[in-house]
Amino acid sequence: MTYLIQGETGDWEVVIGLEVHAQAITNAKLFSGAPATFGAGPNENVSLIDAAMPGMLPVINEMAIEQAVRTGLGLRAAINKYSVFERKNYFYADLPQGYQISQYLHPIVGEGVVTLDLSDGSTRDVGIERLHLEQDAGKSIHDQDPKRSMIDLNRAGVVLMEIVSKPDIRSPEEAGAYLKKLRAILRYLGTCDGNMEEGSMRADVNVSVRPKGADELRTRVEVKNVNSVRFVMQAIEVEAERQVEVWEDGDEVVQETRLFDPNKGETRAMRTKEFAHDYRYFPDPDLLPVRFDDDFIERIKATLPELPDDKKDRFINDMGLSAYDAGVLVADRETAAYFEDAAKGRDAKTVANWLTTNLFGALKKLDKGIGESPVSAIHLGELVGLIEDETISTKIAKDVFEEMLKTSKAPGDIVEEKGLKQITDTGAIEAIVDQVIADNPEQADEVRGGNDKAIGWFVGQVMKASQGKANPGQVNGLLRAKLLG
Amino acid sequence: MMSDLRDWTIASASDALEKGEVSSVELTGAFIEAMEAGRTLNAFITETPELARERAAESDARRKNGDARGPMDGVPIAMKDLFCTEGVRTTAASHILDNFIPTYESTVSGNLRDAGSVMLGKTNLDEFAMGSANITSYFGSVKNPWTPEGANANLVPGGSSGGSVAAVSGGLAIAATGTDTGGSIRQPASFTGLVGMKPTYGRCSRWGVVAFASSLDQAGPLTRNVEDAAIMLQAMAGHDPKDSTSLPLDMPDCRAACTRDAKGLRVGIPKEYTLDSMPAEIQKLWDQGAQWFRDMGADVVEVSLPHTKYALPTYYIVAPAEASSNLARYDGVRYGFRKDGASLDEMYELTRGEGFGAEVQRRVMIGTYVLSAGYYDAYYVKAQQVRTLIAEDFKKVFNDVDVLLTPTAPSAAFFEGEKMDDPIAMYLNDVFTVPASLAGLPAISVPGGLDTSGLPLGLQLISGVCQEETLFRAASALEEAAGFTARPGEMA
Amino acid sequence: MSLTKDDVRKIAFLARIRVPDERLEPLAGELNNIVGWVEQLGEVNTDGVEPMTSVVETETPMRKDEVTEGGITDKVLSNAPDGEGPFYGVPKVVE
Repeated sequence: MTYLIQGETGDWEVVIGLEVHAQAITNAKLFSGAPATFGAGPNENVSLIDAAMPGMLPVINEMAIEQAVRTGLGLRAAINKYSVFERKNYFYADLPQGYQISQYLHPIVGEGVVTLDLSDGSTRDVGIERLHLEQDAGKSIHDQDPKRSMIDLNRAGVVLMEIVSKPDIRSPEEAGAYLKKLRAILRYLGTCDGNMEEGSMRADVNVSVRPKGADELRTRVEVKNVNSVRFVMQAIEVEAERQVEVWEDGDEVVQETRLFDPNKGETRAMRTKEFAHDYRYFPDPDLLPVRFDDDFIERIKATLPELPDDKKDRFINDMGLSAYDAGVLVADRETAAYFEDAAKGRDAKTVANWLTTNLFGALKKLDKGIGESPVSAIHLGELVGLIEDETISTKIAKDVFEEMLKTSKAPGDIVEEKGLKQITDTGAIEAIVDQVIADNPEQADEVRGGNDKAIGWFVGQVMKASQGKANPGQVNGLLRAKLLG
Repeated sequence: MMSDLRDWTIASASDALEKGEVSSVELTGAFIEAMEAGRTLNAFITETPELARERAAESDARRKNGDARGPMDGVPIAMKDLFCTEGVRTTAASHILDNFIPTYESTVSGNLRDAGSVMLGKTNLDEFAMGSANITSYFGSVKNPWTPEGANANLVPGGSSGGSVAAVSGGLAIAATGTDTGGSIRQPASFTGLVGMKPTYGRCSRWGVVAFASSLDQAGPLTRNVEDAAIMLQAMAGHDPKDSTSLPLDMPDCRAACTRDAKGLRVGIPKEYTLDSMPAEIQKLWDQGAQWFRDMGADVVEVSLPHTKYALPTYYIVAPAEASSNLARYDGVRYGFRKDGASLDEMYELTRGEGFGAEVQRRVMIGTYVLSAGYYDAYYVKAQQVRTLIAEDFKKVFNDVDVLLTPTAPSAAFFEGEKMDDPIAMYLNDVFTVPASLAGLPAISVPGGLDTSGLPLGLQLISGVCQEETLFRAASALEEAAGFTARPGEMA
Repeated sequence: MSLTKDDVRKIAFLARIRVPDERLEPLAGELNNIVGWVEQLGEVNTDGVEPMTSVVETETPMRKDEVTEGGITDKVLSNAPDGEGPFYGVPKVVE
């Protein structure tokens, strides 16, 4: 599955690293008590600290530390019991302090790993370099006035976790899988809502290319602020192709920051001058180093939910699902929970089947998420239960399921109301079988004459006569006994 | 009403108010008149007489109802214009903030307001507290009240809290707030015959104080005597959850400590504080100070602080580095002066180029340089390492002694225009005050005597971290021994 | 180490301070004096010495995750030199 770009001089390999900015779920900002929520009016969620008024000082929000540690644990990463907030100094209109408080030499989380679930069912590990906490910047609005930009500081100071991957990613598909998996982990942990459209998860993509088989790392380009999984994949594709062209033309790729334009399907260099960027990091003298002990980590560890990889293993090993089905079901925390609720006391594989083939398709048609499913997990489980205890056949179950989608009623009630209960009373089935044999003497002779296959035709006739309610196994047995016995 | 307003101390005013001999409105009115009459000193950037009268009336009303809030209630004081004051312009003596009206009150000025004190106005200072002579203010230099009649130039009051000391020493306020980053309370106190005290770093909240160098800035009182300093510090200090570097400790009773004698006190004389270039009369006063302590039954011993000579260069890396970052917020976007430009960068450059004065620009650039790529380790990290060594020197010494006695400054007040062409000569003013700042230690300047030209000289006492009680005990003993009573305008 | 006129120009831009061309040279001199003077720290042996991070060793204080501020747009904007409605205005930025 190696992803290669065919150039004129040969094949090229792509080397990708992702820097994901994930907004930590908190009520208040990293260093102030202003709300961290979306949707407020301009400059409403701004405290004097966020506006960097003279003499204002930061105080750490303890939840930010907790969320970072929780995320670190979810990434199977080293947690640093000593970390330091530093100032990253640069001037920009939406950066009120003239510096961003971030972590540099001593991040709160060190190396970890994310396991990608690829479409062919295989997995691949991507290394995590670090996770650090930092303040978000405000927002510049450029399209309201021809001569001026407008500044809204609502986002200034919101808690961001910057999660930096190692340059281990080798294709747009892997980049997509990485983002999806990271998002799943964050959502399982409850540390970030992973909403890329609203910007609570954003990615900067570092892309470089090299001739296939080479070990060197060539100059990388940073594509900034790409706001969907699809765009990340597209951005990598077009940027990698651009770089191959540059190298093959005998030019050099320059280290720069580019923006992805999804409308034109291309990247372009940012016009903001990167000239002489020198961030002059130094420890923020307004804050002391962050220290905590093992107890603190253990307390958070105790609150961790089962994570996708563990869940997937359990689904495969304990519940007998295929790796593919397990991967699909754990990709989303809600889906996994739905599945587990539905599968309680039922055959897990049957439930998984109903979910992936019937329910997913139906939800897609209805354009609804699993949380809005008209069929509840309990009801889906009950439906499988009705099949298992032979109250209804699989075929009838499909009709019942359609009805459940429409009415959200319990399958038992639907079966009751519509009289769909399978006929298992031998006497009743025998009466129908006898009638069908009597009505079709020629076909009966054919079977008696040795044409086994014709028995299937009789099964169909009996099922039809019973409006599908007769137990097919019993029908088959009785027919054989009467015609062949 | 006393004829000479300089006779008032916090303690005596508090006493007179309590006894009903004077009302806060009367007292405040007298100081407002003095403030207006004393404008030649240029001690105030913003006078707030109406606010003062209002607060004085409130204080009198409280007292009448038996709700007086302690010794600061009704006492007229001056506020260094580095403390943000709600609804009252706060400039840091800079063009870049000359129209800034905070919507909030700094913790320290708020504490003083809550204690009932009456703010007369906002005092002048070196721009952003960067200076040792109060000659870098956008609002003009401050004149030292000790300037001899008919002198060709003004004596500087010291800096950066120059307006505060001029106001107190000139009888325009009973006491004043100061801030001290490398000596900005103690050195001007020494230049004007006042007591200036800088507590342990973290005692006074920095919330709402325009930042110069965050790891060094500390507020403290400027008063006529040691007891007043203890009273006022008590009102200013205290834990503030809004400042992450604020000490989560209660302030000990420093006023009570002022009544204890010096018998058995162990006083260290750090030998490295002897400078070749130091005037003989300062050495003489220092020796005299040691003798006073001996006479009072203290043990005086020579001690060594080997890294002393590196304190000043360390300070001139750390303080500008922090300042370069702290002052980045003055960008013309959200408040303060703005000079329009065609682009964002041009607007920044013009705003800061015109908004900051020469000394501030110099320090911001030095700070930018020492933090920049390739120089950070060689300068900033190195300086912070040396700072650790300086703090360790002190720690060791305080195993053996209770306080250290040193001169406060290497000279008496000098004339404006002197030491101006060489920044380093100016920086040397802080040579004795900077080490305690770097180590975050409490220190106090107490007037010790006059030099041959009749100008006041201060002696500095330094104690260990959070040992303010010991410091005040030693300081009041020293004060008593020195018996300093001289006043400006009464020079021999 | 000696700062050139170009170094000063670069530093001035990093600090966003407009320095007129004719001031660059003298400023380089002033800064060199100061830098030369602080370089005496090179004499001090600091092998294995931790850089100072805080003067007094105390626990890092932390805030509870509670919304205690916000909703003060008027205060936040009251000193704005170019307040346009509920925004701060700046010269147009092209990204």
